Parts: sequence; structure tokens; C-alpha cells
Amino acid sequence: MLSVAMAAVLLAGCTAGPQRPEAVPLAALRRVADDPATQLRWLDRVTWGTSASSQAELARTGLPAWMGRQLSPQAQPLPAAAQAQIDAMTISRTPLPELARSLEAQRKAADALADEDQKKAARQAYQQELNRLAREAQQRFVLRALYSPNQLQEQMTWFWANHFNVNIRKDAIRALVGDYEENAIRPHALGRFRDLLGAVLRHPAMLRYLDNAQNAANRINENYARELMELHTMGVGSGYSQADVQELARVLTGVGVSLQPADAPPPPKMRPEVQADHLRQGLFEFNPNRHDYGAKTLLGQPIKARGLAETDEALDRLARSPATARFISRKLAMYFVADDPPPALVDRMAATFGRSDGNIAAVLRSMFESTEFAASLGRKFRDPVHYVMAGVRLAYDDRVVQNVDPLLGWINRMGEPLYGHETPDGYPLGEAAWASAGQMNTRFEIARAIGSNGAVLFRAGDSKAPLERPAYPPLAESPAVRTMQAVLAAETRTALAQARTPQEWNIFLLASPELMRR
Amino acid sequence: MQRRELLKLAAAAQLTGAAGRLMAAPGAEGAKLLVVFLRGAYDCASLLVPTASDFYYACRPNIAIARPGEANGALPLDGQWGLHPALAQSVLPLYQQKQAAFIAFAGTDDLTRSHFETQDSIELGQALGKRRDYGSGFLNRLAAVLGAGPLAGVSPMAFTNQLPIVMRGQAKAANMALSGNARPSIDARQSEVIAAMYRNTALAQPVAEGFQVQGEVMRAMQAEMDAASRSAMTAKGFELVARRMARLMRERLDVGFVDVGGWDTHVGQGAAAGYISNRFEELGRGVAGFAEEMGEAAWRNAVVVVISEFGRTFRENGNRGTDHGHGTVYWVLGGGLSAQAGGRVVGEQQEVAQATLFQNRDYPVLNEYRAVFGGLFRRMYGLSPAQLAQVFDGVAPKDLQLV
Repeated sequence: MLSVAMAAVLLAGCTAGPQRPEAVPLAALRRVADDPATQLRWLDRVTWGTSASSQAELARTGLPAWMGRQLSPQAQPLPAAAQAQIDAMTISRTPLPELARSLEAQRKAADALADEDQKKAARQAYQQELNRLAREAQQRFVLRALYSPNQLQEQMTWFWANHFNVNIRKDAIRALVGDYEENAIRPHALGRFRDLLGAVLRHPAMLRYLDNAQNAANRINENYARELMELHTMGVGSGYSQADVQELARVLTGVGVSLQPADAPPPPKMRPEVQADHLRQGLFEFNPNRHDYGAKTLLGQPIKARGLAETDEALDRLARSPATARFISRKLAMYFVADDPPPALVDRMAATFGRSDGNIAAVLRSMFESTEFAASLGRKFRDPVHYVMAGVRLAYDDRVVQNVDPLLGWINRMGEPLYGHETPDGYPLGEAAWASAGQMNTRFEIARAIGSNGAVLFRAGDSKAPLERPAYPPLAESPAVRTMQAVLAAETRTALAQARTPQEWNIFLLASPELMRR
Repeated sequence: MQRRELLKLAAAAQLTGAAGRLMAAPGAEGAKLLVVFLRGAYDCASLLVPTASDFYYACRPNIAIARPGEANGALPLDGQWGLHPALAQSVLPLYQQKQAAFIAFAGTDDLTRSHFETQDSIELGQALGKRRDYGSGFLNRLAAVLGAGPLAGVSPMAFTNQLPIVMRGQAKAANMALSGNARPSIDARQSEVIAAMYRNTALAQPVAEGFQVQGEVMRAMQAEMDAASRSAMTAKGFELVARRMARLMRERLDVGFVDVGGWDTHVGQGAAAGYISNRFEELGRGVAGFAEEMGEAAWRNAVVVVISEFGRTFRENGNRGTDHGHGTVYWVLGGGLSAQAGGRVVGEQQEVAQATLFQNRDYPVLNEYRAVFGGLFRRMYGLSPAQLAQVFDGVAPKDLQLV
């Protein structure tokens, strides 16, 4: 049960800032055993994987206080070597509107070239720039997942980016996805669900991905409206109808994207009575000329015709639906507890969702404090992103990698590229999707890559410079691995005993059944 | 299990398979089934064009495929239907040789028009309205039934990165994507050590199966390198995957599955040229490449069924694309299609007009997929009603006399 004081702290918890009150420890966790092996399991579930330094920090802080900080993250710097890589990126240095407009200018200039060879080369350069920007977003995500002290926030950033999936293979979303994660998702990852939903709705990446930028009065495109109810909020089969989808699509008409500067004149020939409804914020635009001002009914209740505010009313209705509380709570429990989570736990989380008006940290807190959560530790199958992050965090701790591209390559090989899922449902969260024969094979190859050739991560750029020696991580010397060894299965210890070289020892450890789970 | 033992076991399974065939029902021997799932719900009205319908041309001012004889027009199949012109070099010849058929107005009774919901329900193949069992897909149940009856040592495989729902279940099913070129870096001894670690875990089977399948795939790909004169050397994308599938299926597999995405065309899908045309062209090359690579004998016993979760709106939307619809068109291909089906559009049909649209929006479903697959399986494998009931519980099979 959440106390009033606690709720106030958590409600303030969506934006990290120095003025924020100190995180409140999760008192209920005092009963949890504090032996090193148990702490390791908590680390493996709450973070992107145990590292020696995170293990030391948790041991120093104690689980209740450490969990309080994870749920209520303060702005904390990354290690300098990681922050420097991020600071050097175009996506960190250029505000999105500026970036998008200059790319659009580049595209138009390429198209305008008369000489076919020059045009081809210019178009290629434009595409390469888009690829580079998407790559930066992926690299930045990996650096934060590996080294951010706010590990839970980073996991939740992945969770919501997956929940509100967009795909970089569509159009120019490659240029938008970094900002999408940075400004629509991460600030709200532990905040209010309604804020997150609204931020996603106003982001050009989502509006382009689900085609709402093209949805207009009498030229209806249902794509976003449908997924908004089916995937983002209530869940399919929860009571809305095809008619609701069509009505929501009408609500969303005129909600789109504009590359015009904010002070550019509004779209021409606007009826005077709707002129005041026009809005431009960054690349977001509400265009009354494209909006259907007719009367609408959504989920059995009328929506008052008044332009963009209709969207806010619709989102309020969707975010406060009990179906949404349940759908989101269940998905969180699938991600953090079990593929088929205990219904009683989901009920309690959904109740917290309703009571706290969709406060994500509060919902998570009720989950972390449950006995079901503690009982599930070590059993959840790692998806590919988790598998790779955990391997590298365990192998190299906080020694900052100079080249994250090999990590991205491993993640791609296992079929879970960042922002690469084609359809809006996001990647599956269950073991059945990731524990197949072909997948296990690939994991062993990646265990080999990390375990015997991890030095590729510390060779800057794509240079052909020789690898440092030894080219493999000193896994057996890690305090975290030593703690882990005490609880390995007999079969795993037998395998480790058969290793002929330190590299092979690493491979067997990383390929072991224990390392497949978190 | 040691790798060597595993390979011995696989060889033994093949032997019992040969012996089992003596008792097999007519038609079951050597039968190969490949299901191709077009995820994203392709616009079937661009593939199988209702060229006799004025209503079609009225509904699609920008994206209709022109009538046969007009510039970039549909390829005439019969008086009612035409084929998208991108398939002129690949699927049309198969159709003319009576090795291809289309089932119009096919699909599911699932009305959510949700990609993910409907894909799941098709792959599960279970009755709607009951609690779903996500651990049991219909191709896996088919494999289990075949392995216990007309065939022995049945080998199902999904040519995908992850094991799809349709292949989940009791029968041992493998998966591996065939698009890459990665060679294994784990050696034989390391494989044995790793497999031993998993021996007493829930993952023992996929781990052992993974090592075994990888060996087979590597051998098949080696054959590809050696066959320098074959067009496979230059194949790309889906065609490359399709040719590799054919080689593996010809050698050892009975039931295969693959999926092809990129069909969710809400915006600018194009018509005779453009986005969807390019997708059709690649898909057609893949299907024809599969047929060629199987070789005449194996192709005669093979059936390829191309499905998608649903169709798209019959009218084009405001963005020269199509939204989620209901009924769709399935393709059936094979060297041994029956005279009744080969080179025809089969199944129950209706005139394409406003009055016959489902909810004034989509194609209706007149040929329900479980009934259609049930009828096909009965013909291919000679399954009894009891066996069929294990694959599709409570379904009356619909016999379209496909093979």
C-alpha cells in the first residue's frame, strides 16, 4: 500500500532534477535476504545485468535504498569516456527541428540536380546520413544501457520504446528516432503513463510511422487510431469496436508533422473560426484545415468538437480506462516477472495504476515489493538485447567500450535490432519467442565472440589496428562471477572444468543455462 | 546427448521413415508442404484483380490494376480475374502449367482486423472464442499427427530467426533463418560440452536440435557454393532463402514455414508499378525459384500455400493505400495440383460488387482457412477424421480438390 507521502514523491518522479527530494527506500524489501547471491539476482533483473561495480554499490547501499533510487532517478553523469562519445554525436548537438529541416533541404537539393550521376550520388549521401543518424541513436542507447547509474530508467526506456514501437526502416524515421527516445520516452519512462502517451502522440516519429501525418478529414487513415487502442492502451478485445477505431481516427485528423519554422505563416485559406486552433510546436503541427470538426462518439461517450483538444480528451479516456490499467500492468509484469504473470499480482498492479492515475513508478514499486517478484528471480529468459548487455557488463564492468558496433551486430544477429521491429506491436517478451533452436545456436556464437574476442569493443572506429592482448575479458577474476560460481548447476561447473583455455572458460560460462536467464 | 549420438539418431529416424512409408496412406509418401505467411495483410485485390468488376475500378481511382489489354494491365487468368503484372515471369508460367491456383475470398472468422491478434489466431489454428493455447500451433500438430501415422520421423522446420507460433508444440520442430552466411565458430567439442550443460534443463531439445540443424544447413549451403552453374549463386533476398529452403526440403524436411513481411500498405502502395509491385516481383521470383530448385520429381509432391492474416479495405483510403480488411486470397502451388484446381481460381466465390462487400468495406470470407487446410491435408496425407480433428478441432474439412 502506498502512503500519501510516498505517492507525492513518486508523482514528482518523472523528470530528473537536482531539486528533487531524496528517493524513499522500499521498506518492504528489508525482509529480503541480503546474501550476495540474492543481491546478484536482483541486479540481474532490475539492471541490464550484473557488473562488479553495480554489485559493490548495491552491497554498500542496501537493497531498500538502492531500489528507491532506481525508481526515482536523479540526473547522474555517465562515465566521462561514455559521455564524451554521446556528446560528440550529431543527434546530441542538433535540435530535431533544425536537423530535420536541413535533411529535407539536402533531399530537395539532391532531387533538383539535373545530372543523373550527381543526383544519384547526392541521394546516396542523403541516405547515408539518415543511416548514420539512426546508428548514433542505437549507439547512444547502448552506452546508456551499459553505463548509466539509472539502470531501471534505461530498462524502462527500452520497454516503452518497444511498447510504442517505431521502425527505422520506414521513410526518414532514422533521423527522428534518437529524439523520440530522448524526449518522448526517457523523461516519462518512470513518470505518468498519460504524459508518456501524450508525448508519443505529438512526436513526428510516431505520427509518420503509423501514418497519422497523412490522416485528414474525408481522407481517413485508421492506422494510428487502431494501434493506439489495440497496442498502446486498452488492448485488443477489451471492449472497443471497429466504429471506435473509425471515430478515433476522425479525432486524430489534422494531427501531423510540419517542417515549417514555428514562426512561419499558418497554412493558407483557413476558416476564421478555426484559425486559433492551429498549433505548431517543434515539428508537431495541428492543422485545422485537415481536421474533421463533425460530432464524434468514442467508447460510448460524445467528444466535444474543438480541434486538438479532442485528442487530449480521447487520450484521457483511453489512459484512464480500467482496460488500460490492466493491459499495461500485465505487460510490465510479463517483462519483469514471468511470461504468464500471476493474476493476483497483475490485479494489484492495475489497482495501483488506477489509484495513482497511471504513475508508472508506483505500479513498478507494487510489483517489486511483491512476493511474486522475489520468487521469480533468475527465471525470466533474457531476450537478445538483455543477453548481449548482460554479457558485456559482466565481462568488462565499467570499463567503457570504444566501439559499440560489435554489440549492435550481435543484437541484430539474434533478430532484435534496436528500433528495427517492423510492426507496431514491438518485440515479443516471452521465452517461447527467443529460446528456439536457431536462436540458441546464435547465442553460443555470440558467447564465443564476447568470451574470446571481446577486445574488438575497445578498438576505436573501424580501424584495422591490432587488438589489445589478451583479446578476451578476465571473467573468472570478476567478483561478480566468483559470487555467481557458488550457485552454478553441477553441469555448468563440469563444463567449466573441461575448458582448455581461459577463452573457452569464458565461452562456456557465457553459454551456460544460468546466463540465459535474469 | 552427444553430437555423434544425435546424428546417429537422425539417421535412424530416416530409416524408420522409409519403412513407415510402406504403410503410408496413398499420397502421403514424400509429400512436402511449405506455408508462406505474408505478414502485414497483403492487398489481395492487387494480386488477384477482379477485372470484371466495374465496382473495383470505381473504388480505386489511383491504385487499381488496369484491365488486361490496357497499358500495364493485369494478366488475364479467366473472364473474372487477372494477375498482377509483376508476376508475368514467375507465377504466371506456373499457373499456365496448371501448377498454381488461387483461393479467392479466403481467410478467418476472426473479426478484430488486428494484425497481431489474427496472425496468432491463424497460427494457433484453434477455435475462436475459447481460451488460446499458445503452446500449440497447427503445423506442429500436423507434424505430430503425421509422425504418429502415415509417416514416421517427420521433420518440421521454420526458416525464421524465431520459432513461430504455428510451429510450437509437442512435435520436435527446428528453426533457422537462411538469409545469412555466418559460419559456425563453435567447434564440435565445444558443442558437445555446451549441449551437456543443457542436458537436464528445459532447453535441452532446442540446443541439441540447433547444433544438428546448423550442420545440415551448412552442408546445404556448401552445395550451393559448389553448384556454380545454378542461378542460386546470384539469387538475393527472398529468392535466395526460397532456393535454400527448397534444397533442405528436398533432402530431408516434410513441413516448412517461412514468413515475408512488409505488406501493411496504408500509404502509397502503388499499382502496376511501385511498392507493392516490387514486393510481388520478389515474392514471385522466390516461389518460382523454390519450384525450380526442388526439381521436377520433388516439386510434383510439393505444395506451397501462401497466406496472410486478412485482406485490406476494398476501397482505397485517402492516401492511395489500403487499411485493414477481412477476406483475402490464398495461393496454392505445386507440381502435382489436380486438374480441377491447377490453373484456376477455386473455392466458393461471389460477384465483386458493393452489395457483396462485407460490412460495406471488405471481401467476405467464404472459404475459412481451417476448413481449407483441413481439406488439403486430407488429400495430401490421407488423414482420417480423427487425425484431422487433432489438427483442427471441430472443423468440417472443405475439399477444394487441390491435389
